[in-house]
Amino acid sequence: MKRLLYVLLPLIFWLGVWQIGSVLVSLTAGTRGGELLLPGPAVVLEVLVRLIGTAAFWRSVFATLGRVLVGLLAGVVLGSVLAGLTCAFSWFDVLVSPFIRVVRAAPVASFILLVLLWVGRDRVPAVISALMVLPVVWGNLARGIRETDPRLLELARAYRFSSWKVLVLIYLPSLRPYFLSGLTTSIGLAWKSGVAAEVLCLPKRAIGSRIYNTKLYLEVPELFAWTAVTVALSLALEYFLRRGVGRFGKGAVP
Amino acid sequence: MISCKGLTFSYGERVVLSDVSLDIPDTGVTALSGPSGCGKTTLLRLLAGLERQQGGTISGVRVQETAILFQDDRLLPWRTVEQQLTDVLPRDRRRDSVRLLELVELGREAGVYPAELSGGMARRLALARCLALDARLYLLDEPFAGVDLPCAIRILERLKMLPASVLLVSHEPQILSHACSVLCWPQRGEWGPSPHTPAPSPGGPSFS
Repeated sequence: MKRLLYVLLPLIFWLGVWQIGSVLVSLTAGTRGGELLLPGPAVVLEVLVRLIGTAAFWRSVFATLGRVLVGLLAGVVLGSVLAGLTCAFSWFDVLVSPFIRVVRAAPVASFILLVLLWVGRDRVPAVISALMVLPVVWGNLARGIRETDPRLLELARAYRFSSWKVLVLIYLPSLRPYFLSGLTTSIGLAWKSGVAAEVLCLPKRAIGSRIYNTKLYLEVPELFAWTAVTVALSLALEYFLRRGVGRFGKGAVP
Repeated sequence: MISCKGLTFSYGERVVLSDVSLDIPDTGVTALSGPSGCGKTTLLRLLAGLERQQGGTISGVRVQETAILFQDDRLLPWRTVEQQLTDVLPRDRRRDSVRLLELVELGREAGVYPAELSGGMARRLALARCLALDARLYLLDEPFAGVDLPCAIRILERLKMLPASVLLVSHEPQILSHACSVLCWPQRGEWGPSPHTPAPSPGGPSFS
């Protein structure tokens, strides 16, 4: 009950702020102007309900979800492998670190336009999501590997653990908090960059393409509705993935 | 007989062991006593092959035949009490975990995580995990720190029955008095006989 209140109270508060802001804008810019600049939550909800009832909505949602998931998975796998290699071989670290730092700092729009030249427009969002996720996962896991308790690693050596046992019994549980933290940031990034790539590449079925259309026709309530859908999907994905990973190494938290 | 002759070891400039010699019987519990910082832990680490001596020799036991209990427990927080042992035991000896837990009087705690154990229980679990290794020489660094004395003595009596040699470090006089033999570190540069052992043999600096 208390937990539900912690979720509901801020939600009600911010919906209230939104509604008041929308009313104030309507008072200064007129009803039509207000709807154009800042539509209220009721209008957005109405548009959202209408959208949910259409098959095109679900096709766009599942297509984008698929791209983001593929990108996220590829970024996580690649980031994890690179983190392992950079910690295992110092020469690999010297070689790869600058590339990953460049990826982290470069504007996402540059990457989107560049990747659009190399692969089909349907694949760009997944590639971009993976590229944005990779540095986060790499950074977190590399730090986690370096901060693994050296006393436990010495124990493994003294007790003659096989490499497999060292990985499964020491490294993976030690990395769990670093991985969870990286995953949380990565999910948000994958959605942001994936949808941004869709807006620029305009795949046939995509949330980003629908957002682009709202800009063309000044359908601001629909823009809000699609944004709400993206946020909800991102939060839902974060919840399920964290729950899935959270089950692994349950006893890790004393 | 496991024999160390003229062991020398230093961490950088700081000399920890200088020309140290000692003999350890092939069976029974041998206690090692001495002031903090005199090199007892370093000696155990040399015997376990975790450090390499700069001088001297160790004979009568190979590194692979030793098992060390560290001064800190080093339990894996994400593994249950029983798993801590089965992780170390060979596949065909996994059932021994029950016997080992009973040896250290933790039979009822098999399913709990280390965070739920008291300090003394965690110490006994670390000891059981060390004993789960197949070894000829068990090197136990303060195995009974935080363990109540009657329980410690009961476990010590069980250790005497192992078909291997046990070298343990302790400061507790009552633990020392229950060991089969005691090697006492010289203090203030003089070779003082331990209250529990005969007088040292002459020669270079050594545990007596």
